[in-house]
Amino acid sequence: MKLLTIALSAVLINNIVLAKFLGVCPFLGVSKNTKSALGMGVAVIFVIFSSSILTYAVQYFVLVPLHIEYMQLISFILIIAAFVQFVEMFMKKHLPGLYKTLGVYLPLITTNCAVLYVAQDNITKGYNFLETVVNSIATPLGFLLVIYLFSCVRERLDYAHTPKPFKGNPIGLVVAGLMALAFAGLAGII
Amino acid sequence: MKNFKNGFIKENPVFCLYLGMCSTLALSTNLNNALGMGICVTVVLVLSNAIISLIRNITPDEIRIPVYIVVIATLVSVVELLVHAFIPSLFDALGAFLSLIVVNCIILGRAEAFAKKNPVLPSIIDGLGMGLGYTFAIVLISMIREFLSTAWVSLYNPFNMSQLIIRVGIPQLSKYTISLFSSSVGAFLTFACIAALFAFINNKSKEGKK
Repeated sequence: MKLLTIALSAVLINNIVLAKFLGVCPFLGVSKNTKSALGMGVAVIFVIFSSSILTYAVQYFVLVPLHIEYMQLISFILIIAAFVQFVEMFMKKHLPGLYKTLGVYLPLITTNCAVLYVAQDNITKGYNFLETVVNSIATPLGFLLVIYLFSCVRERLDYAHTPKPFKGNPIGLVVAGLMALAFAGLAGII
Repeated sequence: MKNFKNGFIKENPVFCLYLGMCSTLALSTNLNNALGMGICVTVVLVLSNAIISLIRNITPDEIRIPVYIVVIATLVSVVELLVHAFIPSLFDALGAFLSLIVVNCIILGRAEAFAKKNPVLPSIIDGLGMGLGYTFAIVLISMIREFLSTAWVSLYNPFNMSQLIIRVGIPQLSKYTISLFSSSVGAFLTFACIAALFAFINNKSKEGKK
């Protein structure tokens, strides 16, 4: 039951983009069409899931036994950076089409705050291994859900008559605000 | 000097380049948090630009990103420990976002776009300009949001939260506040309107030049 609560709250209620404002840069940058939004979402799920498990292991098998918890930030960010590099190389070789659409945003997953946040969140909330796994799948799933919905709206927005200064990102942010309002309505389900 | 001025309006990192938005949106609920965050980011940005510019000739190009990240993460850890020790109230308010300065796109972005190919002094000035541009942006949003949601804008002494430094507002409006603006919805809407305003100003000045 606790696992279900963690999952639901990570996907819908404390949604990483709309409630916690993490990962807003790729959320705006890669949501111009649904295909690249899906690609980005899947890449983020993979990176967050794998790096959270790695950082969990590093925290409890290296940092805590050696009493060097203050190295947490440096070691976590290095693991994440190395991991993103790996995903990038893999995509370049096996999925060149997707690699081209994601372009500059792929290396930027390193600086996607969501990845580091989930890794640290698992530790600060004191989750055990199973809870860590659930949290690190559900949180990026929330990201995928929101970025996909957002990219659908944005494709329609291209045909709408928006005032000139609002064209592009500003109107996107207004839409994001309205989505946040809609998601805030789900807060009662737990 | 030109680099320094660019950071405010024309190349404001937040409103024009859309960098570092996560912390801008999340921590602009009140003026105190916004100012604290702005100062922390500026300090890290100036120091990281200086160090990266110092080591630019001995950093191999292939592994430059991990090197930059280690430099930035070290600086952020230092700032985090200092804030925790001396300004605990700010540490609690900023929460996870203090350590997330590491992944603030502005810092890595400036390292990559400026500090890696320029000498130390211009890099420091660029860092200061961009840092103050970020501070300006987050303070502006926080003042609008705090005013709309409470009818007041107040600044406390960060070392002693009960000491009020300045408090401005229109008490007559306190019955008509919009609490929506203290939540995430208000953050997105305020940001969108200011970004549109900046786009409008920049378009005007471009047309003027033609």
